[in-house]
Amino acid sequence: MTQINQGDDNSTNEGESMTTETVPSSLAGVAASRSSSRKPGTLPMGAGLEARGVHAWFNKHLALRDVSLDFGFGTVTALIGPSGCGKSTFIRTMNRMHEFIPGAAMAGEVLLDGKDIYAAGTDVTKIRLQIGMVFQKPNPFPSMTIGENVLSGIKLAQLKVDNKDDLLEECLVRAGLWSEVKDRLSAHGGSLSGGQQQRLCIARSLAVKPRVLLMDEPCSALDPGSTLRIEDTIGELAKTMTIIIVTHNMQQAARVSDYTAFFLSDGGPGQMVEVGPTSEIFSRPRDKRTENYVSGRFG
Amino acid sequence: MSTTIAAPPDKRVLITKPRTSDRIFRGVVTAFGISALLILTLIGVFLSVRGIQTFHSQGWHFLTNFKWEVVQNDDGTATSNLGIGAMLLGTILISIVALLIGVPLSIAMALFLTFYAPAKLKTFLVSVVDLMAAFPSVLFGLWGFFVLMPMVTYWAKLIYKYFNWIPVFSAPEPFFERSPFTAGVVLAIMIIPIVTSVSREVFAQTPLDRIQAAYALGATKWGVIKSVVFPFGSSGVVGGAMLGLGRAFGETVAVFTVLNIVFRGNWHVLYGAGGNVASLIILKWGESTGDETTALLAAGFVLFILTLVVNLSANFIVRRSVKSGK
Repeated sequence: MTQINQGDDNSTNEGESMTTETVPSSLAGVAASRSSSRKPGTLPMGAGLEARGVHAWFNKHLALRDVSLDFGFGTVTALIGPSGCGKSTFIRTMNRMHEFIPGAAMAGEVLLDGKDIYAAGTDVTKIRLQIGMVFQKPNPFPSMTIGENVLSGIKLAQLKVDNKDDLLEECLVRAGLWSEVKDRLSAHGGSLSGGQQQRLCIARSLAVKPRVLLMDEPCSALDPGSTLRIEDTIGELAKTMTIIIVTHNMQQAARVSDYTAFFLSDGGPGQMVEVGPTSEIFSRPRDKRTENYVSGRFG
Repeated sequence: MSTTIAAPPDKRVLITKPRTSDRIFRGVVTAFGISALLILTLIGVFLSVRGIQTFHSQGWHFLTNFKWEVVQNDDGTATSNLGIGAMLLGTILISIVALLIGVPLSIAMALFLTFYAPAKLKTFLVSVVDLMAAFPSVLFGLWGFFVLMPMVTYWAKLIYKYFNWIPVFSAPEPFFERSPFTAGVVLAIMIIPIVTSVSREVFAQTPLDRIQAAYALGATKWGVIKSVVFPFGSSGVVGGAMLGLGRAFGETVAVFTVLNIVFRGNWHVLYGAGGNVASLIILKWGESTGDETTALLAAGFVLFILTLVVNLSANFIVRRSVKSGK
């Protein structure tokens, strides 16, 4: 299991400063400024989500081998790596969405507050209420209005809410969409632009008050402007929840995350190569393969 | 000097000159392709031409007249008073019963096949349902007569006992055998295959990302079906139900076997009297002459139009629901 150690930040030796020069300074700079603006060490570690020895299969094909990661409460962790490295598969094992694919199987444990979400007798719907998910493609429910979309989770999980209007506003504000839609909450969700739809989906997952939010390439279908809006939203949300984001965009990983985990497949199952504070992964990665990837030499 | 923007040139006509063999093949295929439409048109024209006399003599009253009488006069001529009102009413009554029973069963079956059945069982059941569609309807009729009717009569008595204060469930006299209700139950079973297979197809096309979105919000399977699958598939189910309705309208043998065909405007669904247009034709065909034959052809024309309208709108609804992806 990989523990993220905050103390490593200042330990620099000759070898590591050599690698610093091979990494595009822009990325490292972005990551450094991002990291300095947040002090994840002050948040209670270990109170979030923990993956222990997670393996994943599709039928007989082992897609992911032995990933162990800690996601401290209130941190943003980016999962990066080339296509097919298992990062999406991994994030889908974190709220049991993986098992919807026919033939999918997993091994290992995923602990939420120390409790295995795969334990027998677990109510999966309750797990997914606590570990929300935002998908690659914006997927609002087209038959529902904007307001109904946001509150759909409440209805689906049959939760009781005192004041639905307040909750609606709160979620849309937090998702950074309120000012754009407050006058047309009864319009259909499909009438929004792609970026707005994605923020609507974020608002929708916030309504059930999850403690962890999984984001599977949330910006890959969006234009740069919308992407920036969503990144701002992520920064806001991280104050109150744990966020895990899969991204192909290394700039984005550098901008939004506190920690970065690098996944790679060498033809076989995907594995996690390295995890650490984002500034380190982008400035002085320990593994040569990480360095090659973040410096844009492959992938 | 002013510069003028030159107008774009005329569009060129693009011609491809097919080979002779290709032209011949195209001609043959086109001829056969059009023949389906041609046959349908010819049937419609035939029925309307032969039946038009009835519309002349009986007028629109033909559709609302509950009587079907031919009186032989002393001088050898016959006076006919013919109408298909009772049969039209019966057709509608039976079809409503069939839809009310058949559609919910079909939806449940389609949901089971799409979302619950294990893969192997699913393949097996789908072929069983398709086989059901191909079954000769007289077999349904016979089975309905000997097996289903006693049961349905018993249910009818129960419904009558407790619900006869509702007008439709009342009856002028306690005679419950061979009622529109019985025919409706048999027809319900006969429309299950088509409604199930259309519903199954639209349910299976529900976008995966919406299903996942609902699951990710902590929805149960039923929650997903209610909030995502039904809104997406509803118009497809309506289209499937209308295809079923088309079949229910036109069904002849099964209805003829289980229904007590009586020329009388009966809207008491449990009461053993009724009929439908198709069964009228088969009932009267053998013995009919003159005016009566013409009237039967006119009835056939009415059935033709009804079936055409229902099926065309069903197809339209199904296609639109599949295309719009809503």
